[in-house]
Amino acid sequence: MLERYVRPMWAFVFRDWHLTRRYISWVFVFVFYAIVNSATIALIGKSQDDFRLTLTLLLGVLLWSFLSAMYNEIANSISYERWEGTLEYTFMAPVSRLIHLSGVSLFAVLFSVVRTAVILVGLVLFIQVSVSGANLLGVLVVLLVGSLAFMGLGLMAAILPVMSPENGAQATNIFQGVLLLVSGIYYPVSVLPAWIQPLAYLSPATYALEASRKLMGINNPDSTPERLVGAPLSAVLPELGILFVMGLLFIPMGLWVFSRAEGWAKRTGKLKRTG
Amino acid sequence: MQVLEKPVATKLAIEVRGLRKVFRKRESLLRGPLKEEWALKGVSFVVHEGETYGLLGPNGSGKSTLIRILSTLLTHDGGEVRMLGYRLPQEERPLRRLIGRVSVDAAFYKKLSARENLLYAAQLYGLEARAAERRAMAILERLGIESRRFNDPLEEMSRGMQQKIAITRALLINPPLLLLDEPTTGLDPKSRRDVQAFLEDLRREQGTTILLTTHDMAEAERLSHRVGFLAHGNLVAEGTAEELKAQAGTQDLEEAFIALTGEEIEEEQDA
Ligand SMILES: Nc1ncnc2c1ncn2[C@@H]1O[C@H](COP(=O)(O)OP(=O)(O)OP(=O)(O)O)[C@@H](O)[C@H]1O
Ligand SMILES: [Mg+2]
Repeated sequence: MLERYVRPMWAFVFRDWHLTRRYISWVFVFVFYAIVNSATIALIGKSQDDFRLTLTLLLGVLLWSFLSAMYNEIANSISYERWEGTLEYTFMAPVSRLIHLSGVSLFAVLFSVVRTAVILVGLVLFIQVSVSGANLLGVLVVLLVGSLAFMGLGLMAAILPVMSPENGAQATNIFQGVLLLVSGIYYPVSVLPAWIQPLAYLSPATYALEASRKLMGINNPDSTPERLVGAPLSAVLPELGILFVMGLLFIPMGLWVFSRAEGWAKRTGKLKRTG
Repeated sequence: MQVLEKPVATKLAIEVRGLRKVFRKRESLLRGPLKEEWALKGVSFVVHEGETYGLLGPNGSGKSTLIRILSTLLTHDGGEVRMLGYRLPQEERPLRRLIGRVSVDAAFYKKLSARENLLYAAQLYGLEARAAERRAMAILERLGIESRRFNDPLEEMSRGMQQKIAITRALLINPPLLLLDEPTTGLDPKSRRDVQAFLEDLRREQGTTILLTTHDMAEAERLSHRVGFLAHGNLVAEGTAEELKAQAGTQDLEEAFIALTGEEIEEEQDA
């Protein structure tokens, strides 16, 4: 148990933690950038003097920053290894992809939670906005359940750098861009062109946002700028259910797709550092 | 049937029969016909337990491809591979625990220290971190690296030091089988001797089976019980260094190589 599962899983957390430590100046740069970027977006709501818009934007930017950090940690862990040339060594170790993914995801969740909390604090200092009355604990539950589906998506995206040394990393960003577009992070899905709208229902971010808006009481008519009327967790059970099912589907799907890609890479010799 | 065929009885660590591997490439990204390139065209050889087998071959002869197949990083297109009684590719999972590999490019997380790189690898194989650290220190010391360098980032280390760390990584799990792809290419003569002496000790003390590729005739002769000449994906000759020299009617191994393969071997060529 310890030898086969726990230690190998921990190895990835250990590695990613030390890598993050060594690249700490970049982490600061990105967090700083994320705070500034979030603030400029949330200030659009301020300028309209509309607390609902401000909160919608704030929630969108935070949620997206959390989910995309998750997705990126997983998808980029492969491109990074490809770039360093260590991919072959990780792949020849006696570790199942499930353990591999779990280790990488475990660190990704911890890292994203801390990062999002820091951004939240930075934002609250910067733009005065009250979140009293919002069900923040409920939002955290939604985030964690939503992470499962994003792990699966990250894993599916991670096959791209396995398959193409040259263009894989770029493709993962395109995939992320599509998710951002269709999920209605800052706007209702209904404003999207009709042919794109069905895609919104495939994105876990759509449901995570929907649920979080209810939990924060953003669109509740009883909410005032001073006091929000957030919904209890029981009000978002349908969304939670969908997110959970998506996680349940996407993770095995991601593992399956990944193992197919790995098999293909082993047949065609794509695991090597350069083509 | 299966059980009887297990090489336990025959004491073979590696059994390769008719091994073939093809790479398909397109001239340009999406267009153009698929070009087939056979990197291995039916290679057969065996390595006994505790034996060191040296593969010599010019650039592009298929040495690294062969090592990658045995390391479970490539799947072959024909032939049979068995290692320590396990059949590839079907039984790769249990086998992975038993093989250590060193490649010509010392692939590490360059920002991480030697210690962090080694502990990551050790934990990946399920070893306890503190025991692994002690073992790593002991190996590094024997390879002639001072322990105070243990916490330096890999990117600050010379190529020779990185290669020694790579050897340490492969040996942390104490594998019964070592696959070494040009382990001493790019090392200075002193480091090269350190590594060679260490491999000799290892073999004597642990009975480790070693498959080694090299461009260095003297190294092949010093370390290997038997040598195989690989050229254009074919194993053109094999035997002890003495046998090969006798077969070619030459004085040294390099001349034998040229006589038997019809090719010069380029030395000191980084991959
Ligand atoms: N991953 C790969 N994709 C496509 N072709 C490959 C791949 N790996 C090897 N080849 C091709 O297979 C042939 C054998 O290459 P290999 O790397 O095995 O040679 P080698 O004997 O190790 O050479 P060197 O002495 O330069 O290391 C070469 O023609 C090479 O171009
Ligand atoms: Mg090679």
